[in-house]
Amino acid sequence: MANTEEPLLEVRDLKKWFPISKGFFQRGVGYIKAVDGVNITVQPGETLGVVGESGSGKTTLGRCITRLYEATSGEILLRVGDRVLDVTKIKGDDLKLFRRSAQTIFQDPYSSLNPRMNILETVGEPLLVNNIAHGRELEDRVTEMILQVGLRVEHLRRFPHSFSGGQRQRIGIARALVVQPKLVVADEPVSALDVSIQAQVLNLLQELQDKFQLTYIFISHAMSVIRYVSNRIAVMYAGRLVELGDKTEVLTHPRHPYTEMLLNAVPRFSERRVIKRGVTRGEPPDLGNLPPGCVFVARCRYAKEVCKTTPPELRDLGSGTIASCHLADELELTGIRGAAV
Amino acid sequence: MAVNTNGTKNPLLIEVQDLKTYFFLHEGLVKAVDGVSFEIREGRSLGVIGESGCGKSVTAQSLMRIVPSPPGREVGGKILLHLRSKDSNVEEVVNVLELPPNSAKMRSIRGKKIGMIFQEPMTSFSPLHTIGSQIMEAVLIHEKNIDKKTARLMTIEMLARVGIPNPQRLVDAYPHQFSGGMRQRAMIAMALVCGPSLLIGDEPTTALDVTIEAQILELIKDLQEEFGMALMYISHDLAVVGQMVDEIMVMYMGMTMEYAKTDDIFDDPLHPYTVALWRSIPKVEGKLERLRPISGTLPSPYAVIPGCPFFSRCESRMKGVCDAALPPLIEAKPGHKVRCFLYGTSSAVSQGNDAAGNN
Repeated sequence: MANTEEPLLEVRDLKKWFPISKGFFQRGVGYIKAVDGVNITVQPGETLGVVGESGSGKTTLGRCITRLYEATSGEILLRVGDRVLDVTKIKGDDLKLFRRSAQTIFQDPYSSLNPRMNILETVGEPLLVNNIAHGRELEDRVTEMILQVGLRVEHLRRFPHSFSGGQRQRIGIARALVVQPKLVVADEPVSALDVSIQAQVLNLLQELQDKFQLTYIFISHAMSVIRYVSNRIAVMYAGRLVELGDKTEVLTHPRHPYTEMLLNAVPRFSERRVIKRGVTRGEPPDLGNLPPGCVFVARCRYAKEVCKTTPPELRDLGSGTIASCHLADELELTGIRGAAV
Repeated sequence: MAVNTNGTKNPLLIEVQDLKTYFFLHEGLVKAVDGVSFEIREGRSLGVIGESGCGKSVTAQSLMRIVPSPPGREVGGKILLHLRSKDSNVEEVVNVLELPPNSAKMRSIRGKKIGMIFQEPMTSFSPLHTIGSQIMEAVLIHEKNIDKKTARLMTIEMLARVGIPNPQRLVDAYPHQFSGGMRQRAMIAMALVCGPSLLIGDEPTTALDVTIEAQILELIKDLQEEFGMALMYISHDLAVVGQMVDEIMVMYMGMTMEYAKTDDIFDDPLHPYTVALWRSIPKVEGKLERLRPISGTLPSPYAVIPGCPFFSRCESRMKGVCDAALPPLIEAKPGHKVRCFLYGTSSAVSQGNDAAGNN
């Protein structure tokens, strides 16, 4: 990924806070800070893997980027042709242009398809609502798309219930790609699939990326999947970006203690029957009541006084990695040695 | 309790012979488990691997006699449970399949001799009762001479052992007040409070985040050694199972395809399904190669397949051989069983290995 190129996407200090309300009058009593000040740039043609556990904000981040959620504050800039769309503010024709440029592939192929719409209608709908194609042309484009994802022409008039999980995910992919987007946010696209089907869908996503020069933001909790698809990896924890860097760097030389914990928790074939004692501890914090300092402080084995009081800033640590840890310069963290390609 | 490292010394705990559990549905007959055999010795562990629908959960449910019936029924085979009381050497062998599921004997086995932990801890606890009262109930049902006060103390002690902070207070908490990881710990406490000889884990960490999963796996392994229990661990995740068990059984369409020591399954997989499964999963280590998906999809569960159930997806299939008859489960190498014609047709044949081309 040449950094000389203009980024396709820039996310600046993005926040998405969900209000918590209580009682009969639904009084606001605070906020769940699902995403709290995230900065990310994505280069055209790359795959940025976003990894984190449930509640880390990875899905909320993806949904803000494709504007399925309205961000609370911050900027999201998407380059389309020679224009830069300010995603959080666009309306009207620009919003339509944005919808054609950024699409989402969802996790659950069972609940993300309308059971009353056949495949032609499901995949054709984005073309129709965005006024891209109608009638004969629409059918041609849908047909071409479903062939690309490995479905067949006779599937066009069938309904979602007659497809397997893997085939449904292909339908979801066709629906996302039929408008020829530049940026695709894939939110756990293989997590609901059986292991033998996961590989088919992962390979399909890579083929389509090459064919259509797609840029992916690939969200997953599975480190093995992230390693397989990504060029760079972003690690999220409790709504913050804690580390972002080149894939091999992050996997082999993590710079944030949370990344280290996450990597050491992953079961490895080479060390089977070795359950490492005490590699992880504690549970993620309550997002409605975050600590004043570092969000990871309660679980961090290296934490010092400063970590309890001052939130760390994301810092460039060289070799392409940024991380938010006060101690990043002094710590020698261990990653997955065998992850070096 | 020291777990015997060579395995053969420990006495038998459970023997499953040719278990068949079928579901009689309107749409047809589903042979969820179709002739599965395995054994687990005291203090040892067996992993069961397979994709959804392969029959791994139904196998476990059959051991506990909790297969939903109707439509399900154990139609054949034997499940022999060796019951030994802790203080004497008298051994009693019971065929669990001959006991009515709700008989007093079966109820005394379920929970007391065999404990089970499930994938979704939220649905395993009643939301209306406190965690403590539900664990106490297990004690009071199984131990007639224990009073409520002692049961409560045992419960608190068990909650402390599984890592619940402040158990004196949280014994009176309701399930919804616990996080997913805490609920899974509480379920482990409930399964272990009566000191079972066998613990069955049916995907107990699949719903958990990876850092919490690591904690729970460690806890299960620690408790297994501490209590000298046998463990049957069911999962679709090869990497997780590899950490937990001595032996692995690979299932496909209700049948055992391969059954061997954990190291043999990883270092020298014999069955084309095991090999294909291994190639199809992304890994966190090693050379990044393009994944090789298993071609095709699972056959319909109602399908009547005359030959090998993996035939339609197998890269090494032999037309006219593998689709004509079901290959028997044979011992291709010492202690390494496989159901595949590449390795011959009977236990006597062992030269099939070269022809198979190990990957």
